[in-house]
Amino acid sequence: MTNQTDPTGDVRLTGIAKTYGAFTAVHPLDLTVPQGSFFALLGASGCGKTTTLRMIAGLEEPSAGTVSLGGQDVTALPPYKRPVNTVFQSYALFPHLDIFENVAFGLRRRGLRSVKKQVGEMLDLVQLGEQARKKPHQLSGGQQQRVAVARALINHPKVLLLDEPLGALDLKLRRQMQLELKRIQTEVGITFIHVTHDQEEAMTMADTVAVMNAGRVEQLGSPADLYENPNTTFVANFLGTSNFIEAEVDSRSGGEIVLKAGGGKLVLPEARCSAPATAGGKVLVGVRPEKISLTHADDAGEIPEGRNRITGKIADSSFIGVSTQYVVDSPVCADFEVYAQNIDRDPRLVPGAEVVLHWNPAHTFGLDAAQDADAGVEEAA
Amino acid sequence: MPFVNWLKRNLVVIAGLLTLGYLLLPNVIVTVFSFNKPKGRFNYQWQQFSLDAWKDPCGVSDLCGSLSVSLQIAVWATLGATLLGTLIAFALVRYRFRARGAVNSLIFLPMAMPEVVMAASLLTLFLNMGAQLGFWTILIAHIMFCLSFVVTAVKARVMSMDPKLEEAARDLYAGPFQTFVRVTLPIAAPGIAAGALLAFALSFDDFIITNFNAGSTVTFPMFVWGSAQRGTPVQINVIGTTMFVVAVLLVLASMAVGNRRNRQKA
Repeated sequence: MTNQTDPTGDVRLTGIAKTYGAFTAVHPLDLTVPQGSFFALLGASGCGKTTTLRMIAGLEEPSAGTVSLGGQDVTALPPYKRPVNTVFQSYALFPHLDIFENVAFGLRRRGLRSVKKQVGEMLDLVQLGEQARKKPHQLSGGQQQRVAVARALINHPKVLLLDEPLGALDLKLRRQMQLELKRIQTEVGITFIHVTHDQEEAMTMADTVAVMNAGRVEQLGSPADLYENPNTTFVANFLGTSNFIEAEVDSRSGGEIVLKAGGGKLVLPEARCSAPATAGGKVLVGVRPEKISLTHADDAGEIPEGRNRITGKIADSSFIGVSTQYVVDSPVCADFEVYAQNIDRDPRLVPGAEVVLHWNPAHTFGLDAAQDADAGVEEAA
Repeated sequence: MPFVNWLKRNLVVIAGLLTLGYLLLPNVIVTVFSFNKPKGRFNYQWQQFSLDAWKDPCGVSDLCGSLSVSLQIAVWATLGATLLGTLIAFALVRYRFRARGAVNSLIFLPMAMPEVVMAASLLTLFLNMGAQLGFWTILIAHIMFCLSFVVTAVKARVMSMDPKLEEAARDLYAGPFQTFVRVTLPIAAPGIAAGALLAFALSFDDFIITNFNAGSTVTFPMFVWGSAQRGTPVQINVIGTTMFVVAVLLVLASMAVGNRRNRQKA
C-alpha cells in the first residue's frame, strides 16, 4: 500500500492551463490536492473539470503550467509512465478480455508474472470474485463500474482519477456506489480526485470540493464550508438554493454590518461578507431557504428580538412529506424560497397569507452585488 | 381451409428454403457433375456415375499448375491488401490530415469502376512502363482492387471502437506498441479477418483484370475459361466442389470454436 505519512505525496498543479485554438478550456490554475484526501472537482459540463483531470492523467497536454505528483514533475511524462490511474465515465473495459484479465492488465504491462493472488484480492474488495471469468458485457452497469475501479486500484496509483464514474448509473445504484467508493477510499488510503456535475455527490463523498465554472476554480473548501459560506452567487446557486436580497450598507460596528433593504434593516456578520462593504455601497445578501422561519403576520409580536426579518405574502406552497416548500412574494425579493420542516404545521400558512420571514443573522452571507444573482441556477438544475 | 392456415404459418420457412435452394442449386450441380463420365469433351449432360476425376484431379495438363498460381497470388494479394488496407483504415478513422476526404472517396473508386475499364487502363500503364506481364503484374493488380474492400471492412470496425479503450490501455502502463498489440488489434481483428476473407475470395476468382494483365501466366479462372471453349474436363468440377467443401468446413470449424469459447466463459 502507499505510504500515507509521505509528506510529498500531494498532487500539485501550478499555473496549469489548456487552450484549444481561441477557446480556453482551463484558465491558469493552481491547485494542491493533499495526499490521501478525497477531492472533488465540481462543475457543469464544459467547465473544464474533465480537461483538468485528463491533464493530471497525461491524456491531455497542458498548454502551460506543470503537474507534479509527490514532488516529481510529471508534465512531460506520457500517461503510461505516470503513477496515476483513471476510472473512465464509460468504464472503457476491454471487451475482448474477461474480468480477471481486465483487472490484471496494468500489472501484466509492468511485467509482473504472478498476478493471480493480487487480482483475486482486488476482485474480493469490489465483491466480484465470482465473476472473474465473465466478459464485461455480461455484467450489469454497477458491476462494470466496480471492475473499472478494481482495474485502476490494483496498480496502487499515487492518485486515482474518477471521471464522472457514476454518471451512467440509475439513482439508487448511484447512492450505493457513492458509499462503496467512499469505503474503498478509506480502506486503501489513496488520493481520489473525483470529477462530477452532481453537487450532492460531491458533497457526500469528498473532503474537499473545488467548484469550477468557465475554466476557473470559483471556490475551494470543505462541503459544509462551501455551502454555508459561498463566495460567489455561482457557488451559492450551484450548491443548493439561495435567496438574494440587494441591500445598501448603512453602518458597521462590532463585527457586524447593518444593511438597509426595502424599509427594514438586516444584520450581516462582517466575517461572512466576501464583498467590500463601505457605507452606501451595495451588497447581495444571501440566505439558504432552510435557515428561514415562517411566522404568520398576526403572530409577528412573538418573534424574538435580534433576528433578521422581512415581510411578504405566500405565493405558493408545496407539501413534500418531510418539509413544505414555500415561495414568498416580498417587496425586497420576488421569489423567496423557504423550506419548513413539518414539525408543527400552522394551518394558516396557505397561499395568500401575510407572513414574516425571520432568521438568525449568523446565517446570512454577503456577496459582491456586481454579479448576476442567478449565476449557476441553470447549471445546477 | 387447413391448407391455407398451414401455408400462413410456414410461409417464412418456405420462402427461406426456396431462397436457400436458389443459392445452393449451382453448387449442387457442380458437385453432381464432378461424378459424371461424359461422352466427348463437354461435361454438360449426365451420362453415368464415375470416380475417375476424383481419383486423378491433376489428370488434365496445366490444371493444377494454374490452381497453384491462383492460390499463390490469392495468398500474397490477401496479405498485401490486408496489411495496407488496415493501415489505411486506421489512418482514415483516427487521424485528421489534409486530403483525408479525397482519400476516403478515392479508395472506393476501384469498387465503383467497371472492371473491364480498370483492366484495360492497367494494361496500358504496365505496357507504358515496360513491365513484364506475369505473376507480379497480376499480384499488383489484385492488391489494388482488394484494397478498397479491406479498407471498407476494417473501417466499419474501427469506427465502432471506443477510443477511450486505447486511452485506458495507455493509462494502465501500456506504451504505444503494447496498446496496439494488446487492445487495438484484438478488437479490430474481426473486421480485419472479414476484409482478408473477402480479399482472398475476390483475388482467387478474378478473371477480367487477370486476363488483361497476365501475359503468358495462366490462373485457374483463366484455365476454366480457356478450356470451356474446347471442352470442359470433369476435374474442374472436382476443384470447384473441393473449394466449396473447404469453405463450408472452415465456417463450421470457426462456429464450433466460437461456441466452445462462449460456453467456457459463461
